[in-house]
Amino acid sequence: MTAPAAATPVLEAQDLAKRFPVAGGIGGRGRVVHALNGVSLSVAAGETLAVVGESGCGKSTLANCLTGLMAPSAGSLLLQGEDAALMLRREPMRFRRRVQIVFQDPYASLNPRRTIGDTVGDALRIHGLAARRERRGRVGQLLAEVGLAEEHLDRYPHELSGGQRQRVAIARALAVEPVVVVCDEPVSALDVSIQAQVINLLRDIQRRRGVAYLFISHNLALVRHIARRIAVMYLGEVVEIGTAEALGRRMLHPYSRALFAAAPAIGRPSHDPPHLDPGRPPPLSGDVPSPIDPPPGCRFHTRCPHARPRCSAEAPALRLVDDRLVRCHFAEEIAGHG
Amino acid sequence: MMGLLVFWRRFRRNRAAVAGLAVLLLVVAAAIIGPVLHPIDPFDMIGRPTQLPSARFLLGTDVSGRDILAGLLHGARVSLVVGIVASLVATAFGLLVGAVAGYYGGAVDNVLMRCTDFFLTIPSFVLAIVIVAIFQPSIVTVTSAIAAVSWPSVARLVRGEFIAQRDRDYVRACRALGMKDREIILRQILPNALPPVIVVSSLMVATAILTESGLSFLGLSDPDVISWGYQIGVGRTVLRVAWWMSAIPGITILVTVLAINLVGEGLNDALNPRLQQR
Amino acid sequence: MTALLEVEGLSVHFETARGVVRAVEDLSFAVERGQTVALVGESGSGKSTAALSLLRLLPAGASKIAAGRVRLDGRDLLALPPRQLRDVRGAQVGMIFQDPMMALNPVYTIGRQIAETLRLHLGLAGPAAEARAIELLRRVQVPAPEQRIHQYPHNLSGGMRQRVMMAIALACRPALLIADEPTTALDVTVQAQVLALIDELKAELGMAVLLITHDLAVVWETAQRVIVLYAGRKVEEGPVGRILTRPRHPYTAGLLRAAQWAADGDRLAEIPGTVPSPHAMPPGCAFAPRCALAEDRCRRQAPPLRTLEPGHVAACFRAEEIAP
Repeated sequence: MTAPAAATPVLEAQDLAKRFPVAGGIGGRGRVVHALNGVSLSVAAGETLAVVGESGCGKSTLANCLTGLMAPSAGSLLLQGEDAALMLRREPMRFRRRVQIVFQDPYASLNPRRTIGDTVGDALRIHGLAARRERRGRVGQLLAEVGLAEEHLDRYPHELSGGQRQRVAIARALAVEPVVVVCDEPVSALDVSIQAQVINLLRDIQRRRGVAYLFISHNLALVRHIARRIAVMYLGEVVEIGTAEALGRRMLHPYSRALFAAAPAIGRPSHDPPHLDPGRPPPLSGDVPSPIDPPPGCRFHTRCPHARPRCSAEAPALRLVDDRLVRCHFAEEIAGHG
Repeated sequence: MMGLLVFWRRFRRNRAAVAGLAVLLLVVAAAIIGPVLHPIDPFDMIGRPTQLPSARFLLGTDVSGRDILAGLLHGARVSLVVGIVASLVATAFGLLVGAVAGYYGGAVDNVLMRCTDFFLTIPSFVLAIVIVAIFQPSIVTVTSAIAAVSWPSVARLVRGEFIAQRDRDYVRACRALGMKDREIILRQILPNALPPVIVVSSLMVATAILTESGLSFLGLSDPDVISWGYQIGVGRTVLRVAWWMSAIPGITILVTVLAINLVGEGLNDALNPRLQQR
Repeated sequence: MTALLEVEGLSVHFETARGVVRAVEDLSFAVERGQTVALVGESGSGKSTAALSLLRLLPAGASKIAAGRVRLDGRDLLALPPRQLRDVRGAQVGMIFQDPMMALNPVYTIGRQIAETLRLHLGLAGPAAEARAIELLRRVQVPAPEQRIHQYPHNLSGGMRQRVMMAIALACRPALLIADEPTTALDVTVQAQVLALIDELKAELGMAVLLITHDLAVVWETAQRVIVLYAGRKVEEGPVGRILTRPRHPYTAGLLRAAQWAADGDRLAEIPGTVPSPHAMPPGCAFAPRCALAEDRCRRQAPPLRTLEPGHVAACFRAEEIAP
């Protein structure tokens, strides 16, 4: 297998949509959750793409679709140029070896009744990557690569700390030598002092192995430090996508701006509460609308401080504005404001 | 194994369960070595009928002059074997149905659970009578009948456990690795689903013993073997003049069932993670 | 005038199968009226244990308040008989938690749960209680409160539940609000709403807030004073503006750099190692095994809290050497 050219995406989603029927009470028949709607994005070899959003934005559904744990309702997924749906049907193990996932909660993602050695060894065994006699040694190497010791082989998950468990989960994903790893909030369940350790580990692994990450997070400040490109999602849609540099300079979509402004940050000029800080947009009002009946037009218009009649009538397309793609009718105008 | 020692330490905390276990071990010992130490055929008419307990017949004789103690010891074998085998069979079948229904969900779940509900809605003792009555009463048919009416509760429980586990991240990670369903069910989820099942099937042994006694009492058991229920049935006709004849096997059933229930409770406490202190 | 809440030498121990765990050890601090004080620490730091023990809310049996005094308005809460303590809870001190679902009863409507607090502490009942409940919900910015009082907790979003908890906590206009990780489970945009609301209510009611959190950025934006806990002990305390710009304890400094995703070359700054197991506390300074400045005496003896400047204390032998 030859390495793909730098420009070729390893994993590419085209117009991905996912709808779930709502199982529900009387009169609930025929209702549908629109979890993903027309999501297109791609990750190049060895790169990190961050997907940012709050609960209900569809990022977990996206992770499930990208890793073949869920079949999308529409759209297509390409793995190194090949149709993933087809590959999952005909040669599922080829797909599984190349795309792996690391979950948020390291307490839930390891089987409590299996030792660390068993859990990581399972990955090798299923894919026939190490004969029974070599397996233990190979697992030891993988544990060493994620900063754990040989002695952890025979431990159970409850004997490890949260950070150590997340390292085990990373070792399990790496065992099959994937080309892309979907990291679903991999550090948000960890203590602050441990988060940086795990991020540094992921970065070291990327340098060494050239693996691509799709990094899902709710933390804009974090992803600006680790991603080459960032996609911001709201209610199942990508609302802004561009390089970390461009988005770090300024955000154009009103939701991205509100998300960034809402995150507390140490060292903002006055350490007054955000709503008293004159230079900062006020916090968004209300909750994220239900994805069962997403608002017509622009899905953000119910909470948008810049909303106008056109926004509730006509859904904006994702279009190029300056150096990024934005899903907003008035992006240029908003950019002009600030 | 390290788990066993921890388990025993937790189990030990419940005094009633330890007492239950002691009684149960006594019953098991009596069933195994009793007939050897007291080598009398329980069907032999060896004395005058309806005797009070005496030095010669420690627990007296029944209406046909048979030794009640011998009957009790041989009956212990039958009761325990029927109880344990029926529970094992019911547990195995319930595990299979529950695991498949819970893991796959959807139409498979629907079909399997409708079958399970069908069995659950018929009173189990009546169903057991019908099954034994259709086939010839024998140890095998009685055991099968009891297993047939016991598995649905296991299936229900296992299904619930599997539904709770199947979307946990560790299972999703196994799926993302391409692990086969059979392996996920057997190796990954089953060990996590097992603790409550162990409790339920241990309690099921008690129910099975009661059901078997009920069937024998009604004369619906193997005519060639003696059992506690059969002994009560024999004593029933002379209850007003020789109450002990029914009372002795009756109390034995009560004590055994109680002991099993106490052990089951103890297992529940020891295996239930919510009660475990850090 | 004395402080509203004064905690002196508080120690909380847990009996476990593997020995006594000293969850909180010799903790002292004060909360002034109208002030927000943050208790900051990671998991295992003892911050929640400390907060719960102020109102003796820890599960009885396994835990024991080994020493200390907790004075609210001059009254020692740890010596109060249970009846009077119940009056303090809810009436003088309100509490909100990370997970409102744990504190709200799923089988009662939220109107009934608010009314219950009003009945217990204020003797309000019937229409008066309902009217007050609606008013409280409106005050915590719950839209359409007249309809909401008939709903159950599971009908509400996380942010709305946290507001309902706040309505219950504030029903009796308490002098002190204890907020244990109130926004950790919420999305950032909702977190901003809830923090702004706490701040508004604080100003309006003249209430003091004891905020328990792991998030230094939240501390920066809401608190005036901050107490940093590590492995059950206070390692640093001072005004937020100082501690979060010029920390004098290596742990605070490391936490701060981690929280800001500060770069260390091309890597993020990290604190190596993990929090020590409560069953195997190192002798000397608990942070020494993870500290770049640790020297022999740090491993032998625990550094005492030293006043570096008025109102700023730190427990480190080498506090002066720490670069901002």
